[in-house]
Amino acid sequence: MTNATTSGAPMVHADRVSKSFGSNEVLKSISLSVPQGEVMCLVGPSGSGKSTFLRCINHLENVDAGRLSVDGVLVGYEERGDKLYELKPREAARQRRDIGMVFQRFNLFPHMTALENIIEAPIRVNRVKKDAAMAKGRELLAQVGLAEKEDAYPAHLSGGQQQRVAIARALAMEPKLMLFDEPTSALDPELVGEVLDVMKGLAESGMTMIVVTHEMGFAREVADQLVFMDGGVVVESGDPDEVLGNPQHERTRAFLSKVL
Amino acid sequence: MSDSGRSATPLSVSPNGADQAEAIKAIRLRHPWRNVVAVILVAMLILFVVDASQREAYGWENFGKYIFDKRISQAAGYTILLTVYSMIIAIILGVTLAVMRLSDNPVVKGIAWLYLWVFRGTPVYVQLVFWGLFATIYSTIDVGIPFTEPWLSLETNDLISVFWLAVIGLALNESAYMAEIVRAGILSVDKGQDEAATALGMSWLQTMTRVVIPQAMRIIIPPTGNEVISMLKTTSLVTAIPFSLELYGRSRDISVVIFDPIPLLLVASAWYLLFTSILMVGQYFLEKRFSRGVGQARPEKAGTETGAITLKTGAIVAPGEASDSSTDPSGKEHR
Repeated sequence: MTNATTSGAPMVHADRVSKSFGSNEVLKSISLSVPQGEVMCLVGPSGSGKSTFLRCINHLENVDAGRLSVDGVLVGYEERGDKLYELKPREAARQRRDIGMVFQRFNLFPHMTALENIIEAPIRVNRVKKDAAMAKGRELLAQVGLAEKEDAYPAHLSGGQQQRVAIARALAMEPKLMLFDEPTSALDPELVGEVLDVMKGLAESGMTMIVVTHEMGFAREVADQLVFMDGGVVVESGDPDEVLGNPQHERTRAFLSKVL
Repeated sequence: MSDSGRSATPLSVSPNGADQAEAIKAIRLRHPWRNVVAVILVAMLILFVVDASQREAYGWENFGKYIFDKRISQAAGYTILLTVYSMIIAIILGVTLAVMRLSDNPVVKGIAWLYLWVFRGTPVYVQLVFWGLFATIYSTIDVGIPFTEPWLSLETNDLISVFWLAVIGLALNESAYMAEIVRAGILSVDKGQDEAATALGMSWLQTMTRVVIPQAMRIIIPPTGNEVISMLKTTSLVTAIPFSLELYGRSRDISVVIFDPIPLLLVASAWYLLFTSILMVGQYFLEKRFSRGVGQARPEKAGTETGAITLKTGAIVAPGEASDSSTDPSGKEHR
């Protein structure tokens, strides 16, 4: 474990990462780098491997080839000599603690209230005292604009509210990196804005974020780097204004003409 | 208008009343046959009760004499003990087997399958007879390294009483059914829940105990309640061991002595009914407790022992997953 993170060093570094499900090659030699404190937006048609790449970063899927590291530490494996060893579940869990993830379908725990959702992992995993966790949880709920909803069960919250609780839940673990897997895709159009606002605030506070999204407006405004993926490869990447305004590739142009 | 006297709803006056349509005041459809059928059924029931109360063979005098007999109430205690102990063991073993069946290890999975195959594939009565012969098959229980002189050799008969043989016999059989119920419950929980917990850095055990099992409970509780009720009645089969200190065995023993079997069957039935009624009430409250956070979902009428699994698919159960649990864990034949 390295804890000396020099600013400017990449938070996430992917070096020719590949991943297959059976004979279906989902990621083909992806190389990417996200510097600390920056926001990267991943866009592309469905099935292009964006979500799989995101899931590889916190080891919900393992990588078949290449090297993927977070904050200088290899994800899911340990390199000793010239051999790679799979991590024990406990060590993999330790890596995930520092990486927050927000899902398309929220995945809040339905049998717990908003506040209980948030304090669960800090108490169980980080062994935070219950009082401290609750204070922190209320603070986070206020931060996402849901201070008065702490006793509500997810079923009684709107989609946008659920997603904001899910963001607060991920933040409660004090992650150094946040992953968003199409966080607004399951939302009614009028609820998208409230979630994007929370994410914008988070980006402004200096959180390193990787966001898989179809919200081009958000990408243009917030992203430091925009990556367009198709068919498991990075087709084009760079400054969002550049990529969106002046796409170099035919595939990028075809995709953007459909979504913009 | 007034002759019908059955206005459907009281006329509501809207604030801008003028263009509001007049409320419908229709004469309600009558169902004469419903009334006829109801009258016939009630009449038959009354006839049966009146007849039964006067019939010699039911021996109501003996019923009254033995219903609160000390031996019977003690036997009722044994029935409860058998039910409670065997269900506790069955649930613990059932959860273990369910987790084994969901394991990635093919050997572990296979062994759990084999267990279920044997214990669900043979009648519980036959299994109980086998347990009764346990001491005949294994006269001593040896502790030590296989194929060497045992360090310790114990007489089976000294080690396990007939009561515990009955408990073990019932529990091992029941655990096979509980395993399927628990498995269906675990499978009914959306995979996203598991992922969310994993992504938060929770361990497998924490994910199971804090996230998956509490949600699976909603699916597990109703059929488990049925299993408890079913077990209460199945305890009457332990005469096969033979263990005869529970309700049915005891009432048979008494009836043999007084040459009057029917009143004592009624006595046993009355006690069984009392217990099952209490269990049904308890199940109602348990279901209510575990449906927390599932919208306004209220427990449906507690399923009777026909045991159709009540899948109240809340937002949690994805359509794809729901079909997994249609394996109907409680769909066992009546024993």
